[in-house]
Amino acid sequence: MTIDRNFPIGEPVLEVKNISLRFGGVKAITDSSFSVLKHEIKAIIGPNGAGKSSLLNCINGIYQPQEGSIAFKGKVLEKITPNLIAQKGISRTFQNLALFKRMSVLDNILVGRRLHMNSNFMQVAFQLPKARAEEKENLAKCEEIVDFLEIADIKNTPVGKLPYGLQKKVELGRALATEADFLMLDEPMAGMNVEEKREMCRFILKVNDELGTTMVLIEHDMGVVMDISDNVVVLDYGKIIADGPPDEVRANQEVIDAYLGVSHD
Amino acid sequence: MEQKVSNNNSFMGYTRSDLTNFLIAMILSFVAIPLVVQTDYWYSSILIPWLCLALAAIGQQIVMGYAGQLALGAAGFMAAGAFACFNLILRVPDIPFFVALGLSGLVAAAFGILFGLPSLRVRGIYLMVATLASQFFIVWMIDKFGWFKNYDTSGIITAQDIVILGKPFTSPLEMYLVILVVVTVLTVLAVNMARGSTGRNWMAVRDMDIAAESMGISLLKTKLQAFAICAFYCGVAGALFAFTYLKSLEPVAFDIKLSFKILFMVILGGLGTISGAFIGAAFILLFPVLLNSVGNNVFHGAIDATIISSIEQVVFGVLIIVFMIYEPLGMAKLWGNIKQRFSINK
Repeated sequence: MTIDRNFPIGEPVLEVKNISLRFGGVKAITDSSFSVLKHEIKAIIGPNGAGKSSLLNCINGIYQPQEGSIAFKGKVLEKITPNLIAQKGISRTFQNLALFKRMSVLDNILVGRRLHMNSNFMQVAFQLPKARAEEKENLAKCEEIVDFLEIADIKNTPVGKLPYGLQKKVELGRALATEADFLMLDEPMAGMNVEEKREMCRFILKVNDELGTTMVLIEHDMGVVMDISDNVVVLDYGKIIADGPPDEVRANQEVIDAYLGVSHD
Repeated sequence: MEQKVSNNNSFMGYTRSDLTNFLIAMILSFVAIPLVVQTDYWYSSILIPWLCLALAAIGQQIVMGYAGQLALGAAGFMAAGAFACFNLILRVPDIPFFVALGLSGLVAAAFGILFGLPSLRVRGIYLMVATLASQFFIVWMIDKFGWFKNYDTSGIITAQDIVILGKPFTSPLEMYLVILVVVTVLTVLAVNMARGSTGRNWMAVRDMDIAAESMGISLLKTKLQAFAICAFYCGVAGALFAFTYLKSLEPVAFDIKLSFKILFMVILGGLGTISGAFIGAAFILLFPVLLNSVGNNVFHGAIDATIISSIEQVVFGVLIIVFMIYEPLGMAKLWGNIKQRFSINK
């Protein structure tokens, strides 16, 4: 991977320090630290229930970790709610699809433009020039995303009626629409066939290459992970057991044990 | 040239057919109806309550159909609006009617924000129970403190005449026109909101609140905004209802039955459509009238009036169940399906 990149990997942009998350007596994440570098694609892997999604939910503010701190762009985030995190420029997709089912594809993506639209309800109600200009401008942006993801033919369909693979694409589109420079993708390729996975990889790499978006993604398909990520974090039972470039991680004995199981004799 | 055509086709995001429909509706309601309909009965018993309740149903539609917050208590906000309007006209000398109407809407909106607060904590059926508070509290408050009723002891207060620019609007036709203007303006505003970014935020909160929040939508602000706007619409509707239909102010008129009526209008009409509010209101109002006239004309009074009103309840109940199962999006969706079928066959 020594190809020249438009956006070379830089300084750490997100630093997670000693995070612990408990649900009652169950420890979901234990004292975990890792950092994400600017413009990199970082994969989080691990067996089911290892705490991958919980980790994203902590960064996103859906869960509040009991211990530890999260710093974004050099600043420790004091109060973390999904809404504030979105304003800081972190966007995400969800593991089991969190689309607005009764809204059309285009409307879903338009919601992603929320932070770029600031006319209030009065301006919208009276269709004042500001609201109209804003709507037009953001609609154009969303049309661009729709074209980029090659879903223009279904843009007016309610997302609830779409097959799973397309819904995943719409969700990526919505996350892209935020123009966040930090994107977290929770299993973007789950349930897809090889063809669809390849296409999704292409989109992810293209976004990273053209916009320099930093990405954190959770994925189970090792082939995909090894191909597209710059660095890999491996979680097992809520603990980080490896963190490094794909090749290094693949050779790590602990990782092999976690995935293949190890005999206790 | 191509560009020009497409520009002509849409005005403020509306398609040509939307605009034609709007124009037809306007001509019908402002010109055709006043010319054709001469009997007062139609105005004072059907058109006036229909428009008032449709307006309240738009409010309920915003909070329930768009923002997805199961609220029950529209009649409470209507009572707040009605009594606010009464007191404003009574106590503020020379207040223009439309100003009083707008202010009563704002008073109701303040109650809407207050009683919308539980929506930040509870949802679904629990929220419905919590919002019942607005229904009981507002009506209780008006009854308890004599000031709201201007210390009237008779229990029924006659509403003041509507006077606009020195001219009294007291005949049914005149009152119909006043309501029509208010309803038209508020409906256009509601449609604009529903189609614009405001409506998208509501629907996002309705469909998936966690994702909406992750996109930067503040749940607190969006939910309370929906409650405030809902209460504003209900407040204005309540004031109009009292001043033009009831012609009196009595807290009992705004009981829980009315709240349920408005809820049924929204469910039958179709959740998440503004037109559903009008269709639902028309259905709920006209159905008993229809049933009565069938009872009188077909059976010549052989069926007792009490039985007819019981049949009405049964039919409503059945219809709501049927709609919930087969067409949760209500009559507006049904109408849309019919239109779609015809346009495909063409």
